[in-house]
Amino acid sequence: MTIIETKNLTYTYPGGTTPSINNVSIKVQKGEFILITGPSGCGKTTLCRCLNGLIPHFYQGELKGHITVTGIDTTKHKTHELAKNVGLVFQNPENQLFALSIEKDVAFGLENLGMAREEMQERVEWALKLTDIYDLRERSPHEVSGGQQQRVAIAAVLAMQPEVIVLDEPTSFLDPLSAEKIFEVIHELNKELGITVVLVEHRLDLTAKYADHIIIMDEGEVVFDGNPREILSTEETRLIGVGIPKATFLYHMLKKEGVNLGEVTPLSSEDLTIILQEALKTSDRG
Amino acid sequence: MIEVEDLHFRYPNGVEALKGVSLVIKRGEFVAIMGQNGAGKTTLVKHFNGLLKPSKGTIRVDGVATTETSVASLSRNAGFVFQNPDHQLFSETVEEEIAFALKNFGFKEETIEKRITWALNLLGLSKYRKTSPFLLSGGERKRVALASVLAWDPEILILDEPTIGQDHQQKEKLRQFIIQMQTQGKTVVIVTHDVEFVSECNPRVLLMKEGVIVADGEGKKILTTPEVLTKSSIVLPQIAQVFMKLAPLGFPKDVIDVYEAKEILLRKLQEMRK
Repeated sequence: MTIIETKNLTYTYPGGTTPSINNVSIKVQKGEFILITGPSGCGKTTLCRCLNGLIPHFYQGELKGHITVTGIDTTKHKTHELAKNVGLVFQNPENQLFALSIEKDVAFGLENLGMAREEMQERVEWALKLTDIYDLRERSPHEVSGGQQQRVAIAAVLAMQPEVIVLDEPTSFLDPLSAEKIFEVIHELNKELGITVVLVEHRLDLTAKYADHIIIMDEGEVVFDGNPREILSTEETRLIGVGIPKATFLYHMLKKEGVNLGEVTPLSSEDLTIILQEALKTSDRG
Repeated sequence: MIEVEDLHFRYPNGVEALKGVSLVIKRGEFVAIMGQNGAGKTTLVKHFNGLLKPSKGTIRVDGVATTETSVASLSRNAGFVFQNPDHQLFSETVEEEIAFALKNFGFKEETIEKRITWALNLLGLSKYRKTSPFLLSGGERKRVALASVLAWDPEILILDEPTIGQDHQQKEKLRQFIIQMQTQGKTVVIVTHDVEFVSECNPRVLLMKEGVIVADGEGKKILTTPEVLTKSSIVLPQIAQVFMKLAPLGFPKDVIDVYEAKEILLRKLQEMRK
């Protein structure tokens, strides 16, 4: 079932001379974990802002084309009406947090839905624990570190359990192990609750392994759209500045030298280790 | 040269962020400070240009204690780029943003013009010269912040998380630029979580944990010591992870560079074929 669909979506910011996204037509299936990447300034964040209706309701400018998320036209329904359907974690958490305590920030969306008090408490606790900030719940979101703020922003969106979660470089301020744990949590929710995940990331070393589907953008346009293993095995992705995982890159270099490593492109060090162990055994016998 | 001796720092809210840090960073060194969130990395580097002053201990930059001089004069020497560009940017256009410090430092009009053009070009921002920084993407704003500091050509460059929001090409440019700075005898200190970037650069790595330095040495060595890394919430670079697991087959453990990895694997596979 298609959960996100855009057709020839084109948007120009007020005062902008060229569109930030240009003729973007994508389809995302329900339950997919989708990775959007591409050079800095290619329109990834702009596309995210369309998905929850910030464009056109908050950002003016010129929007053309069609977009539906969970069957709803996001240009016709305001961002708050979409809150149960789609949640967005901003690139810069400071732009998202506002309440006096972390707990209140996470509860805010649920209060607006009119959720019963007890259920709300449970949900908030669940989200705070998942993101490992339960102990910080009484602190102000503005006095914790950038990394902690990112956890709060993620918790606030998870608490809503929307059908689609859009995350725009959600862990850029977190240390690698913490970032990995957050991605694991999101991946689990994707698998267990069937929440569709749209993740914008440059660091494919950390994230490519989770993706069922990858979209690569360049200068406002979608240039690749499909299976991550297939797409990351093409030379062109590297040429437009996509940092393919090191394990994938090493695999390509070895293949180019004529080493037989099979046809399944590795996306993680685990994948590559297995492929290499196998190759080293085969050579042994030969 | 930066000399830090038994540096302690306590924030007004009572949090003790640095608990006795001692280190020397020599002129022309490239140092990456790594470690988990809250380890004190940013607090430490904020001392290098006098933004923070020690609660106890001393810090000297080129022989002068930071307590004996002003942030203004220290920052001419040590340029600082913040983690979050929005904490730094305020001008109407990218051009004005870059010109601001240059004007304050009293550069001549024509020099300012040249420096702006140079910095914009270096960071691939030329087409945004007249654009408001706030209309740019996160990654681009980060580069504007970087450009505004590079423009005045400081002797010491301190970059807090310079690779956030940057694509592979931009990171590669940054790496080459850092190498170029080193050849000019300039000192570069970065605070970063980006293990892959560090594995490409192989700088000296300082690993911090809970306000102290827990490891100090060549990147290649530290990034291939899992016992130390895990404690600091750092994940091994992908290539190191692979070689760690191939070690029982007779491979070296300390490999982080993808090109070195390729050579080693090819050699081994060829030997086996014989």
